[in-house]
Amino acid sequence: MIPAAFEYYRPKDMDKVLSILEEHGDDARVMAGGHSLIPMMKLRMADVPHLIDLQDVGGMSEIEIGADTIKIGALVTQSDIIDHAALADVAPILREASLQIADPQVRYMGTLGGNIANGDPGNDMPGLMQCLDATFTVVGQDGERAIPARDFYEAAYVTAREDGEVLTAVTIPRPKGGHAYEKQKRKIGDYATAAASVQIVNDGGKCVSAAIAMTNLSDTPVFSKTAGDALVGTSVDDAALKAAVAAMLGDIDPTEDNRGPVAFKNHVAGVILRRAIARAWSRA
Amino acid sequence: MSKKKHVTLNVNGKTEEFLAEPRELLIYTLRERLNITGPHIGCETSHCGACTVTIDGKSVKSCTMFAVQAEGAEITTIEGIGGPDNLHPLQEAFKEHHGLQCGYCTPGMITRATKLLEEIPNPTEAEIRFGMAGNLCRCTGYQNIVKSIQAAAAQMSAAKEAAE
Ligand SMILES: Cc1cc2nc3c(=O)[nH]c(=O)nc-3n(C[C@H](O)[C@H](O)[C@H](O)COP(=O)(O)OP(=O)(O)OC[C@H]3O[C@@H](n4cnc5c(N)ncnc54)[C@H](O)[C@@H]3O)c2cc1C
Ligand code: FES
Ligand code: FES
Repeated sequence: MIPAAFEYYRPKDMDKVLSILEEHGDDARVMAGGHSLIPMMKLRMADVPHLIDLQDVGGMSEIEIGADTIKIGALVTQSDIIDHAALADVAPILREASLQIADPQVRYMGTLGGNIANGDPGNDMPGLMQCLDATFTVVGQDGERAIPARDFYEAAYVTAREDGEVLTAVTIPRPKGGHAYEKQKRKIGDYATAAASVQIVNDGGKCVSAAIAMTNLSDTPVFSKTAGDALVGTSVDDAALKAAVAAMLGDIDPTEDNRGPVAFKNHVAGVILRRAIARAWSRA
Repeated sequence: MSKKKHVTLNVNGKTEEFLAEPRELLIYTLRERLNITGPHIGCETSHCGACTVTIDGKSVKSCTMFAVQAEGAEITTIEGIGGPDNLHPLQEAFKEHHGLQCGYCTPGMITRATKLLEEIPNPTEAEIRFGMAGNLCRCTGYQNIVKSIQAAAAQMSAAKEAAE
C-alpha cells in the first residue's frame, strides 16, 4: 500500500503554506496528523501531488480559556484535549467525545482541525462543534474569515472552506449546563453507527435551553434545532424525550451501508439520543 | 518520481541519515531500509497496531506516517526497549504469563504498553484494555496480555520503590 508519488513541503509559516496552495491549486493539500489523509492516499482514493505538512507552522497548538469563550488551535490533537485538565473542567464534553474517537495511537496524531476540515460524515468533532455553536477561523490569501460550524458542512467532503484556505482555530462559547456525547459503534476504534452531542441547561427543574447534534446519520453532521426546541420548557420527562427523538428523526437522513439498514440506523439514533439527553440532564 | 528528501532520524539512540522519496512510509524505512524488523506489518491500514513505535513520546502506527514527517524525531522500537540479554520487565512478564502465542502482535503490544505504563504506572484492568485498544491480537484473547501488563506494572512499581 504505497501512495502515488508527491512533492513534500514542510513550511515554517502560514504565508508559505498559502503561497504553495495558491501555486498548485487543486493539486495541493495540507496535512495535519495525516490519520485521515494518509489512509486515503494509500488506498489511492486521495491524489495529492503536493503535500504540505503543517507540523512546523506555529501558533496552532494552543488552548486558550477565556471568560466567555474557548479558543483551540487547529493542530491541537485529540490526546491534547483529553490531557488538558482546565479544558475538561470548563467543557467536559470535548474530553468525553475525544475519548470515544479511534484508539490511543490515532488520538496522539489526529488533530481537531483535521477532524473538522476533513468533511467525512463519520468524524465525531463536526457534530460536536455544531452542538456547541463553534466558529471556525480560516485564513487564505484574502485574509481571515469566521464560519459558524452550523453553516460549514455542505455535503460529504464538501465544506465552506475554499481550497486555498487553512483552518487555524476553533472558538467555542463556554458551554453551560449538562453535557453528554453518546456514541454507538461496532467496536472500539470504529466510526459511529450513530452519535449524539447534547448540551442542556436546567433552571429549577425546567429545561431552558438544549442543543442537539447527530453524527454519521446524513452526509453531513445534523444540528437538530427542532429536537432541542422540543425539550425547552419541559421537565425533560418521557413525553419530551419522545418529542425530541421524533423531531431528530425528521432531520436525519441515514443511508444503508455496512453499519446497517436505514431502519436500524433510525432505531439506534433514537436510542442514542435518548441516552444522551438523559445523561446530560442528570448532570445539568 | 518526486524529489527525494534528506531525512535524519534517531532510532533507538542511533542517528540514521538517508535520502527517501516522500511517499516512503516509516514502517518500510524501519524494516527495509534500516533492517529493524521488530515493528511488524499486520493490516497496513492503521487498524492493528503491529507497527507501533514510539515517536517523540507518542505511540504511533508507523504504517500511517511518512518517514519525512518524522524528520528530526526520536524513535524507539521494540529493539530499543530490550533484547535477549536484557529483557524489559514487560518482555519478561509476557514470557512468564503467556502474553503471546504466535508473537506477531507482540512488538507493537509491548512498545505501546511501555508508553501506557509511563502514563499510568499502575493501571486497572479497564485502563489497560482502553489504553491498549489500538493493538489487535488474533491469538491470545487478550486475557494474558492484560495479566502480563499488570504483572509488569507491579514489578516495575516495586523496583521503583526499592530504588527510592
Ligand atoms: C483506525 C482509525 C480510526 C478512526 N476512528 C475515528 C473515529 O471514531 N472518529 C473520528 O472522528 N475520527 C476517526 N478517525 C480519524 C482521525 O480522528 C483523524 O485523525 C481525523 O479525522 C483527521 O485529523 P488529522 O489531523 O489526522 O487530519 P489529516 O489526515 O491530516 O487531514 C484530513 C483532511 O483535512 C484537511 N486538513 C487537515 N488540517 C487542516 C487544516 N488545519 N486546514 C484545512 N484543512 C485541513 C486535510 O487536507 C485532509 O483533507 C480514525 C482514524 C483511524 C486511522
Ligand atoms: S500495520 Fe500499521 S496498524 Fe496495522
Ligand atoms: S500472539 Fe498472535 S497475534 Fe497476538
